[in-house]
Amino acid sequence: MLSIKNLQAKIGDKQILNGINLEVKAGEVHAIMGPNGSGKSTLASVLAGREDYEVVQGEVEFQGQNLLDMAPEDRARAGVFLAFQYPVEIPGVSTINFMKTAVNQILKSRGQQPLDAVSFLKIMKEKMKLVDIDQSLLNRSLNEGFSGGEKKRNEIFQMAMLEPKLAILDETDSGLDIDALKIVAHGVNKLRTKSNAVIVVTHYQRLLDYIIPDFVHVLYKGKIVKSGTKDLALELEAKGYDWIKDEVAVA
Amino acid sequence: MSKDNQVLEELTSKEYEHGWTSDLETDSAPKGLSEDIIRFISTKKNEPEWLLDWRLDAYRQWSKLKEPTWPNISYPAINYQDLIYYSAPKQKAKPKNLEDIDPELIKTFEKLGISLTEQKRLTGIAVDAVIDSVSVATTYKDTLAELGIIFCSFSEAVQEHPELVKKYMGSVVPVNDNYFAALNAAVFTDGSFCYIPKGVRCPMELSTYFRINAANTGQFERTLIVADEGSYVSYLEGCTAPMRDENQLHAAVVEIYAMKDAQVKYSTVQNWYPGDKNGKGGIYNFVTKRGLCFGDGSKISWTQVETGSAITWKYPSCILKGNNSMGEFYSVAVTNNYQQADTGSKMIHIGNNTKSRIVSKGISAGHSQNSYRGQVKIMKRAENARNFSQCDSLLMGDQCGAHTFPYIDVENKSARVEHEATTSKIGEDQIFYCLQRGIDEESAVALIVNGYAKEVLNQLPMEFAVEAQKLLALTLEGSVG
Ligand SMILES: Nc1ncnc2c1ncn2[C@@H]1O[C@H](COP(=O)(O)OP(=O)(O)OP(=O)(O)O)[C@@H](O)[C@H]1O
Ligand SMILES: [Mg+2]
Repeated sequence: MLSIKNLQAKIGDKQILNGINLEVKAGEVHAIMGPNGSGKSTLASVLAGREDYEVVQGEVEFQGQNLLDMAPEDRARAGVFLAFQYPVEIPGVSTINFMKTAVNQILKSRGQQPLDAVSFLKIMKEKMKLVDIDQSLLNRSLNEGFSGGEKKRNEIFQMAMLEPKLAILDETDSGLDIDALKIVAHGVNKLRTKSNAVIVVTHYQRLLDYIIPDFVHVLYKGKIVKSGTKDLALELEAKGYDWIKDEVAVA
Repeated sequence: MSKDNQVLEELTSKEYEHGWTSDLETDSAPKGLSEDIIRFISTKKNEPEWLLDWRLDAYRQWSKLKEPTWPNISYPAINYQDLIYYSAPKQKAKPKNLEDIDPELIKTFEKLGISLTEQKRLTGIAVDAVIDSVSVATTYKDTLAELGIIFCSFSEAVQEHPELVKKYMGSVVPVNDNYFAALNAAVFTDGSFCYIPKGVRCPMELSTYFRINAANTGQFERTLIVADEGSYVSYLEGCTAPMRDENQLHAAVVEIYAMKDAQVKYSTVQNWYPGDKNGKGGIYNFVTKRGLCFGDGSKISWTQVETGSAITWKYPSCILKGNNSMGEFYSVAVTNNYQQADTGSKMIHIGNNTKSRIVSKGISAGHSQNSYRGQVKIMKRAENARNFSQCDSLLMGDQCGAHTFPYIDVENKSARVEHEATTSKIGEDQIFYCLQRGIDEESAVALIVNGYAKEVLNQLPMEFAVEAQKLLALTLEGSVG
């Protein structure tokens, strides 16, 4: 589904991604871990099409298309979803209105009819249940004054609404209390199918108890320096990153 | 960024939707301004002597006044002798009913989405349509008359209700109030008049629709609304003009007189031709709007969505004379390309326990300049006056300017005056967030801007709010860069 080859990206003069290789197949869950500042969010942003980052080299293929050639909104319409590490506030625009605009624009781009209010509301109610989010939150201005946990839950609600092919969750677990973590993980698991894939960026193996990954990768200085299974996450939890840094230094 | 430029290119070249002209036969005065021209207008309109005298007095006062230079706008000097002060679509006789109206005229308004044929209207809004200087049709007059509501053109009011016109005209905006108001008083040709009798709640929105059609013509209309004790009315005003390379002058006066416990809500969606993307052409909009809360417990609320005009100079104000009276001003002013707006409000507190609220949302894009100018004045004898002002500016791009000029003048210690101001930019973060959800850039801007302006848009009647939202989006399309 997603094939990243030697991806290098910079912002200004600073090179942040130094040749990333990653293959994600439909139905898989990949976890990306790594120390602060190693480039996890940058990778997510580059995949989503943020213009601040310049791709210097490499290729990204998504469902047979050259992802890097696509405008950010077209990537989203093709099924790439990013749950932001820091969701943005949009005053005066409710989540409901925001999602309605998004859903209908996506439908339109596929040559489909927009949803009428009734059908939209019906779908919305279902998805609200899935992530256990209150409608009063969705009526408020998007992310404005939301608690950290509410913002994250709202991201997952949006993901549920948009039913992406590839979801990239950037530290969606940070700021969540244990109950919320379970609910969010449960929501993600419910949305998992054979035909979609998830990349979870996280610092904590705790999340991976609930969303069980097929692969775990360690990103360090803009490169994937180690890949393994869920056990790798446990090892990192126990030992930290120093041993990996040492390995990299030796190599 | 290159993509943004492309969008920008595409959209700023998008044409002003109402820029067409109608092929109407007109009856015009020769160019220029003099006592003779004023007599010509007055004769054309078959006016009583007192009104001619009033006009001539205004003209003499105007001649002594100076065009204001304090607004934060610049434009080449206007040659007042080079304008036509009277232009009317030729109609054989005063139309008795809609069948008598020139079909071209009906078409003109239908093109604007305004049907003058009552049975076609579903929304239940009574319309007074003013083209160039003359009111051409007023709908729903009979229905309103049953309630004692007078809603007609200003000219008709002069003929049919001279006592009301004489009593209230100039009582809120005196002839010599300012340069443009004096000019209007001298040469105004028509406008709307409205009287709501005691205790009557007007059952439908009243609306005036202004259109400038003829070239080289100034439009000077006057609106007078008198709300008697305990009455209520919601009034809407819309306007458009053809695209012309030369600038056209519009200097209107609106007066609202509210008696005890009366409530008047006045909403405007101003969409005069703003000029092209290089700043050529467009309407010079110099407007004086003022409401007098004369009676205790009265309330006047102004809501404006300003998207058009090359230059906007406009400060809808309230004089809070009655005790417990209340004034409100809600404004969204958008400027793009080379538009300039200097707009805001004045709240003059005279009575006790008077309250006022100002919510101003400026949005500037392109090379435009957008200024908020507002005055809150609490007079010495006004006990317990309250004001809250919120002035926000939103910038799009780095070529435009936003300015805030609040004047606060408090002469009574019991007053509580609060002023808040913010300036923000549409964030790339916000746009990207929208893009990432599959929303294209244009819609993202529209969404963000409408969200920003929501508090004001919420004040508008439904039909208008929808139009206003579309207009905001249209005005700003492609201005992110
Ligand atoms: N706009 C920017 N300008 C300059 N440097 C940037 C910019 N964006 C990111 N960086 C730098 O790129 C590096 C990688 O940042 P990134 O946000 O991708 O890290 P991360 O792995 O997500 O870290 P964290 O775990 O703390 O979220 C950091 O050193 C960061 O300071
Ligand atoms: Mg990060």
